[in-house]
Amino acid sequence: MHTTPLSIGGLETVYDTLASAIDQAGPDKSELLLVKLALLQAQALGNEAQFQQLVEAALQDL
Amino acid sequence: MHSPSTEPRPSLYYPYEVFQPWLASAHPAQDRKKVVVVGAGPAGMVTALELARHGVPSVVLAAELQLSQGSRAICFTRRSMEILQQVGVAERMTEGGLPWRFGNSYYRGQRVYRLEAPHDPDDRFFPIINVQQQYLEEYLHDACKQQPLIDLRWGNKLTQVTQEEGHARLEVDTPEGPYTLESDWVVAADGGRSGIRAALNLQMEGASYEGFFVIADIRIDLPFPTERLAFFDPEWNPGNTILMHREPHGIWRVDYQLPPGETPEEALRPESLKARIDAQLAMIGHAGLAWEMDWSSVYSARTLTLPDFVHGSVIFTGDAAHLLPIFGVRGANTAFQDAQSLGWHLAMVAKGLSGPEFLANHSRERVGAAREIITEAGKSTRFMAPPSRGFRLLRDAVLSLSLTQEFVRPLYHWRTSRPHEYSHSALNCRDDDNALFTSGPAHGAPPQNVRLAEDDFLLDHLGGGFDLLVFTSGDLPEALQAVVTAARQQGLPLRVTAVGATRPVAGADQHLPDADGRVRARYGLSAEDAAQSGAYLLRPDQHICARWLRLDAPRLQAALATALPH
Repeated sequence: MHTTPLSIGGLETVYDTLASAIDQAGPDKSELLLVKLALLQAQALGNEAQFQQLVEAALQDL
Repeated sequence: MHSPSTEPRPSLYYPYEVFQPWLASAHPAQDRKKVVVVGAGPAGMVTALELARHGVPSVVLAAELQLSQGSRAICFTRRSMEILQQVGVAERMTEGGLPWRFGNSYYRGQRVYRLEAPHDPDDRFFPIINVQQQYLEEYLHDACKQQPLIDLRWGNKLTQVTQEEGHARLEVDTPEGPYTLESDWVVAADGGRSGIRAALNLQMEGASYEGFFVIADIRIDLPFPTERLAFFDPEWNPGNTILMHREPHGIWRVDYQLPPGETPEEALRPESLKARIDAQLAMIGHAGLAWEMDWSSVYSARTLTLPDFVHGSVIFTGDAAHLLPIFGVRGANTAFQDAQSLGWHLAMVAKGLSGPEFLANHSRERVGAAREIITEAGKSTRFMAPPSRGFRLLRDAVLSLSLTQEFVRPLYHWRTSRPHEYSHSALNCRDDDNALFTSGPAHGAPPQNVRLAEDDFLLDHLGGGFDLLVFTSGDLPEALQAVVTAARQQGLPLRVTAVGATRPVAGADQHLPDADGRVRARYGLSAEDAAQSGAYLLRPDQHICARWLRLDAPRLQAALATALPH
């Protein structure tokens, strides 16, 4: 799916960035933040079938 | 005994006339009717007018003694105007109407989306025109009165319908008491709360959305152009949507969603209406501007249709057949297409030109249209009034993103009603040249209008039966003329128009010079095709059922046999 996977370091940066953004948004707005983020990423991905696969992966083991 | 009100309905702008009831005692005994239309709203009257154009008489039953209360349907699409032109009321609609083509969506005081509906110079009518429904009904009623084949009976309320072998028996109550009427066919055009649908115990399929919307018409002088205004999640009504439309006669429609849990009764209390309308006016910068209430009502969004419109001798049409959300102006605009389709299908059956099973084609086509509309309307409805937490989150995320992100803004598009294309209709010719065309209206599509001259358009010249457009400058071949003559002798209404002819030509009822080749080009034909008898066959509802690069007699014969099976 990805041509260049994130490095361990890159993944750690994403981890921290996302956690900080959720904290910054606060409990009332974190869902909204995450949905906005998902839409922005879907647009960047430019592929609704791949997005569907990502949604299915995220739905596992909740 | 049926006692409809004889008090004119209140209105700030429309003078209601109270009509005299039709009383059986003042008329001779009645034979069995061909068609009884139950309901004198837009769907019922357009059906009756279309039937009459094809020579089929009908009785129209109107329970009340006056036109309907309040403005109700106010936005009429181009295709609706083309249909209304066919029944003779488009000019009056145009005279009093407010045409428009722009829509604006606002969020947090910013215009986040502007829709510009295209207006092709070849179109006679605007994408949408605003007219209050009472005026539309008045124009249709006047047209019905001038039509001797229509017997419109005010104050006649259907109380019971019984299906008999090959016909129906109707019990009708009037201010002097009941009478019985028999009819080969009954058109149930009795609206969204159809009593006939309930009596036959028919279930609709689809979804009902939670939540209510208030529709309020107010008289106010607002300095805004005729454009659709939509406001999302305003401070005075968090999470909800408000729509505004300009109507003629100084009236504005304000349409707002209610908070969850509020009942329609609470929402329609005068103090509740006043507080919300004042809040909306304040938000658009006109706090304290004087206004008067004309009419208010409550609705909920539903996307429901009967899976079959024909039940024995009863045929459902308009809101009686389906309930569609008003986002995208789909109620009356769908009803006109239903009524136009029903009018010609039923006329062919009533005149014996096709068997009763021909009505199944009408049902298939219009149920297909309803399902397509439901799919589209469902998308708009899920955005305007999110049905669940997930849909609300996504809608809110889009609102938030739309302030800075261009890519989400098209999601504000509310998908205005458009005519269904009967692409897979059984009436489409199977061995014509449809697939060889690269442009022009295809199988099942509505016609393309073309401007011929100042105030003169192609569709002005078509309708009322099948139309054969032959692109030719000379006489039609004799064999082709013979097919036309034979079809007419069997009763098939067929008009032949020679397009590209500067003088009358043998075999054509009329000719259009098409000097600049514009009709030919819009219909996807090259000059060479036109020289070889390119042609289109339009059904009585003007949708295309066959088209040829090369027309000849056997091919026309085949297309006519497919379009009107015996």
